[in-house]
Amino acid sequence: MTDLPMIKAVGLTKRFGDFVAVDGINFEVRKGESFGLLGPNGAGKSTTMKMISAVSQRTDGELEILGKDPNKKGPEIRAHLGVVPQKDLLDRELKTWENLYVYGRFFGLSKKYLKPKVEELLAFAQLEDKRNSKVDEMSGGMQRRLAIARGLVNEPEILLLDEPTTGLDPQARHILWDRLFRLKENGVTIVITTHYMDEAEQLCDRIIVMDAGKIMAEGSPAELIKTYASKEVLEVRFGTDRNEETAPKLQNLAERIEVLPDRILLYTENGEATLEKVIASGLSPITSLVRRASLEDVFLRLTGRTLVD
Amino acid sequence: MTDLRFTPGQAVDVRRATRGGSWRVAAYRYKNMSKWMSSVIAFGLGNPILNLIAFGIGIGALVDKNTGGHGIAGVSYLQFVAPALLASAAIQGIVDEVTGPVLDGFVWDEYFFAQAATSLNHKQMINGIMIIASGRGLFTSILYGGVLTAFGAIPLASLLPLILVGVGSSTAWAALVFSWTSRLTDANSVFDILHRFVFMPMFLFSGTFYPLSSSPIYLQWIGWISPLWHATELGRYLTIGEQIPLWLLIVHVLYFVIMFVVGMALTYPVFKRRLFS
Repeated sequence: MTDLPMIKAVGLTKRFGDFVAVDGINFEVRKGESFGLLGPNGAGKSTTMKMISAVSQRTDGELEILGKDPNKKGPEIRAHLGVVPQKDLLDRELKTWENLYVYGRFFGLSKKYLKPKVEELLAFAQLEDKRNSKVDEMSGGMQRRLAIARGLVNEPEILLLDEPTTGLDPQARHILWDRLFRLKENGVTIVITTHYMDEAEQLCDRIIVMDAGKIMAEGSPAELIKTYASKEVLEVRFGTDRNEETAPKLQNLAERIEVLPDRILLYTENGEATLEKVIASGLSPITSLVRRASLEDVFLRLTGRTLVD
Repeated sequence: MTDLRFTPGQAVDVRRATRGGSWRVAAYRYKNMSKWMSSVIAFGLGNPILNLIAFGIGIGALVDKNTGGHGIAGVSYLQFVAPALLASAAIQGIVDEVTGPVLDGFVWDEYFFAQAATSLNHKQMINGIMIIASGRGLFTSILYGGVLTAFGAIPLASLLPLILVGVGSSTAWAALVFSWTSRLTDANSVFDILHRFVFMPMFLFSGTFYPLSSSPIYLQWIGWISPLWHATELGRYLTIGEQIPLWLLIVHVLYFVIMFVVGMALTYPVFKRRLFS
C-alpha cells in the first residue's frame, strides 16, 4: 500500500435542484485499500459512487480520481475503473461469455487479450458451465457474479461495487465476499457501498458512515465500534407496549441505552453481567440476547436511526 | 476454482480505449442484431416480394387497364410506386434500430448505463447505434432494390443511386426518431404512436400511391414534411425520369441533411444528460 491517493474528494457536493444529495464531503482512498460507504437508503452513497465512477458531474467541490478530474477526463478515468452497479445491467440477448467479451471490447481490448481473459473470468466467477447460457437462465447470484466478473475485464485499478450483495441469499453473499477478498489480495483498490453492516465489517479496511448526504464518522470498523459503541450489547424485549415505560428503569444499568419500537439496547462492557442486573432489579424481559457491538450500533448512535428501515 | 491473474491498470491502453468507440458500439449492436438476423432478412425480402405481387399483379393491373395502358406519369403503376416502396421499406425498417435498442438501453435492461461505465462517451454510443441503423437502411435498400430490378420495376442503371436515396432518407429519419426515443422514460404506446400516427399518415399521404398533387391541398403538407415524399420524388427522378427543377432536387437532398443534423443535435445532449450528468 502506498500513500498515493487513488480518489480524493474535498467538499464534494451534488445537488438536484434544491435537493442536496451529497453535502460537501471530504475523503481519500489509498492504493490497495478497501473502502466502504455505509449508510441507509437515501444517504447519498450511490450518488457519491456515481461521481467516483465518472458518470455523474459534481455540482461543487473537488474530486480527483487517479489524479484526474472526472468532469473533464471521464473516459480516460473510466478506462481504469471497474464498475459493478446496483442493478446488474447485463445484456439479456447475449450469452454469458459474450457479455464479458463485448464489454471488454468497449475498452478497446484486443480479441487476443480477451479470449483467455473471458475464460479466466468465467472460472473466477464459477460460471464455466454457464458459458453459453443466456442471462435469464441463471440465478440472481450467478448474474451478480457475472456482473462482478464483467467489472474486472479491463483489470481496473479501482473496483467500484454499489450494493453488491443486495437481494442475494446468505450462501451467494459469502461466495461473493470470497471473490472480493481474492481481488483485494491482488492489489485492487475496492470501493463498496452497502447498507449491510456485516458486509462492511467483512470487506472494508476503512469506512465512512453517511447520512443525509453528510459524513457522520470515518475510520476502520473496529475503530468506529470502539469510539461510538461499547464492547457488547444486551438486547431485551418487554413487548411493544412496555418497552417505552420500562426504559427508565434500565437507565442506570448500562453505559447507554437505545429504545427501539420492538426492543431496548443496553450498551455495556459485559452483556451477561448486565442481564443479571436487569433480572435482579425485578424486570422480566420476554427475550434477551447478548451480542458483540456492530456498525449498526455505531449508526444508531450517530443518527438515532437503524440502517435498514 | 482459478486464481485471477491481475495487474491493475495495465491491460487498457487509454488512447485505444477512448478512440474508435463508435465502431466498437456498432460491432456490439451488430452482434446483438445478428440474433434477429433471420427476421431482418425475412422482412427485407418478404416485404418487397409481397408488395410487388400486390402492386404489380393486383392494383397495378387494374390501374394500368383503366388508364388505357399508359399507367401513371407515362409508366406502369408498378414502376411508379417502386421507388416509393423502396424508400418506405428503408424508412420503416431502420426505425427498428432506434426504437427497441434505445428503449432497451434506457428503460428495459438499462444497458446504456453499463456502457456508460466504460471508456465510451455519449457521442460514441449514439454514433455506434446510427452506424448500424444506416447499415440496416443499406441492407433493406439493397434487398429491395435487387428485387425491384429483378422484376423489371426499375432500370438497372438507377439501382445504385436509388439505394443511396434509400440509405440517406432512412438515416436522416432514424436520427430524428432517435431524438424522440432517447427522451422516453417508459415504453408505453411507443410503437402504437409511431405506426398509427406517424407511419400510417406518412405512407398514405406522401405521394406513395399517387402523385402528391392529386391530393387536396389541405393534405399536401403531410407530404411536404414527410421524408418519404422527398425520397419518393428523388427516386422517381432517378428511375422514371420525373421532371423536377434543380432547386427542388436540392431542397429534397437538403431536407435529409437538415433532418439528420437536427436529429443528431437533439440526441447528443439527451444522452449526455441521462448518462453523464
